[in-house]
Amino acid sequence: MPYSELLVRPMREELTSAGVKELRTPEDVDSFMNEKSGTAMLVVNSVCGCAAGMARPGVRLALQGERRPDRIASVFAGQDLEATAKARAYIADIPPSSPSIAFFKDGELVYFIPRHRIEGRDANAVAGDLAQVFAEHCAVPAS
Amino acid sequence: MGTFHQNKGELHGITVIVDTTGPEIVVGRCDDMDDRGIFLHEADIHRDGDGGRSKEDYIRRVAQLGFWKKHDHLMIPSDKIASVRRLGEL
Repeated sequence: MPYSELLVRPMREELTSAGVKELRTPEDVDSFMNEKSGTAMLVVNSVCGCAAGMARPGVRLALQGERRPDRIASVFAGQDLEATAKARAYIADIPPSSPSIAFFKDGELVYFIPRHRIEGRDANAVAGDLAQVFAEHCAVPAS
Repeated sequence: MGTFHQNKGELHGITVIVDTTGPEIVVGRCDDMDDRGIFLHEADIHRDGDGGRSKEDYIRRVAQLGFWKKHDHLMIPSDKIASVRRLGEL
């Protein structure tokens, strides 16, 4: 059962305020995933404090770097159920976990951070992993 | 920001691999662990050799991308536990 929206709103805003587009419906997800060119990161947000409490600040930190994905979005597991199910259908070979982070290049999944790679780590460590992925796959912005 | 449960042990919310004294190895999200055993949510069990995979093969596989939940909840008694490790550290 979804949590109260009052409780969840700050967890949504922690990502949206960093430029992450929140996908609330299956149609939102299709629209995001059907754009294949370039790099895209999809964050599966979660209420869980044990892991999501580090995932969100880790994403925020990583997005402060010079390189970042062309498109960044999130779905909220346990809250926006249909959107999350639709997002997971795009990575159907990967066991579902939340929070988790999927990174796509030209529509192909090239990197995935499952929940157990976030748990017990701090935001800097999560951001460090993402920064390595960005450095490998994302272009340096034109000055 | 998130939900926390301060009355639980240090493994609360952490995905763990529980090796047993028998052929089974279990992976799941720890709710709590005490002298009675370990209580897991969203767990999977692998038996040594099933599908041609040893316990070690299974661990390597789930450590990479995760695992498919087969049980909502599992309790493993203390006398059946050989080791408990964080999956994220493997």
